[in-house]
Amino acid sequence: MLPIISVSGLSKTYASGFQALKNVDLEIRRGEIFALLGPNGAGKTTLIGTVCGLVRPSKGEIRVDGHDIAAEYRATRSLIGLVPQELTTDAFESPWGTVSFSRGLFGKPPNPAHIEKVLRELSLWDKKDSKIITLSGGMKRRLMIAKALSHEPRVLFLDEPSAGVDVELRRDMWQLVRSLREGGVTIILTTHYIEEAEEMADRIGVINKGEIVLVEDKAELMRKLGRKRLALQLQSPLERIPPLLSRYNLELAADGCEMIYTYDAKADRDGIAALLRDLAGSGIAFKDLHTTQSSLEDIFVDLVSDRQ
Amino acid sequence: MNIHAISAIYRFEMARTRRTLMQSIVSPVISTSLYFVVFGAAIGSRIQHVEGVSYGAFIVPGLIMLSLLTQSISNASFGIYFPKFTGTIYELLSAPVSYLEIVLSYVGAAATKSMVLGLIILATAALFVPLRIEHPLWMILFLVLTAVTFSLFGFIIGIWADGFEKLQLIPLLIVTPLTFLGGSFYSIRMLPPLWQTVTLFNPVVYLISGFRWSFYGLADVSVGVSLGMTLAFLAASLAVVAWIFRTGYRLRT
Repeated sequence: MLPIISVSGLSKTYASGFQALKNVDLEIRRGEIFALLGPNGAGKTTLIGTVCGLVRPSKGEIRVDGHDIAAEYRATRSLIGLVPQELTTDAFESPWGTVSFSRGLFGKPPNPAHIEKVLRELSLWDKKDSKIITLSGGMKRRLMIAKALSHEPRVLFLDEPSAGVDVELRRDMWQLVRSLREGGVTIILTTHYIEEAEEMADRIGVINKGEIVLVEDKAELMRKLGRKRLALQLQSPLERIPPLLSRYNLELAADGCEMIYTYDAKADRDGIAALLRDLAGSGIAFKDLHTTQSSLEDIFVDLVSDRQ
Repeated sequence: MNIHAISAIYRFEMARTRRTLMQSIVSPVISTSLYFVVFGAAIGSRIQHVEGVSYGAFIVPGLIMLSLLTQSISNASFGIYFPKFTGTIYELLSAPVSYLEIVLSYVGAAATKSMVLGLIILATAALFVPLRIEHPLWMILFLVLTAVTFSLFGFIIGIWADGFEKLQLIPLLIVTPLTFLGGSFYSIRMLPPLWQTVTLFNPVVYLISGFRWSFYGLADVSVGVSLGMTLAFLAASLAVVAWIFRTGYRLRT
């Protein structure tokens, strides 16, 4: 199936000489939730800005639903909704007014029923006639989303949607994003909250220093790169790892009361069985054990730090 | 043509005027009335007539032009600068809107506001002095052309400005002095010959002269030259706006 967004050979060098994007190739599938991760200054916002028409590309091609973003900007932009990172709103306008304005700006005829639906879904209906300046930060964040949804886009960019949002609101927002995806909307989000990407994304892209480091299905990424840790609570503390166990990737924690074994999730479990046998052979007893899998955050930190 | 976008921006800008009615309409009317009272009463008591027209009536086109120029620039520059300042410009730049549509909507709203204001000042002036308009269609033509041209000029200033100080710089330091020195309150024929020549380098002279001619048939320069200069300034402003959008100057990185 034709990807909803296709980026090929995209580079962006600012007037200052800073190269924000370096020959980026990326395809976004229809109807997926794609999380773009990267440290500050990695090029996430520049990439989004370029697709949305805010930033002029220096080189390369971008297509949205098969349309070139430069030659057919009307077709591409009308498909896209953008929620920027900054809370930028017209302080003295009302939510109803500003959301209606956004719909008109994107070339759609007035549709009060749709505006009402969007405001209700985002719990802003009660505030529809209030001045925006009187809304809380969380409400303003939801209002930005309402504006982006006003023209019924097929692609929604969420640039750091959870920045400065409390936990409850963040979970409401995740629910909204999932329901949009169920309605066929493709979601691309950038985030610093790895938990957010882990919770929602179908695929993950990692960008660092203007280059796409990897693009992978989240589950596959976790499987490929995820490490498992076996933590053993020892009955007696150890000062050092005995030589017999040196072939294992072991470390001591909690003042020697805990032994941690890190292993590849793809590897078979013979390593654990062998370790337990060797522990018994070394006369090391343990009173409890548990395993944990490395999170997306660990994977992300590893990927980015490898390329520093 | 994205008619819905043009309509949305136009209505948004007009709504801003309604929200700031005191600042947008009432304040310029009061200050113009003060000009009228001070210049009309104080100087008018010494200069009875200028080329057969009472001084009070003579200055009305100049006063309207003064407001038209300053308000067109102010409305248009603020209209496009404020979204840049608050960051809401992202929405305009990511919308399926052409450059022509952006200019039509912002400049159209700014010009509408300043023309409404000009007509209100005209009506206010009619309460103080007897007015006559010999060439009403020409009056409307000059009103529209000047409002559109200076709204375009204001739009350029709004794009160029990167702070509130710059927003005020050109209107305060260039446009207002040129308007005062461009024959708003006198005929340039009242000046010594040397200053008459110098004054002809002031483009505002041509606007005021043409506009005054439409009222009383009196002109410092021929109406054809006035019209030509107005159109030349309009063309220059359009060329600069076209360049801004072609290059993305101070809009797109």
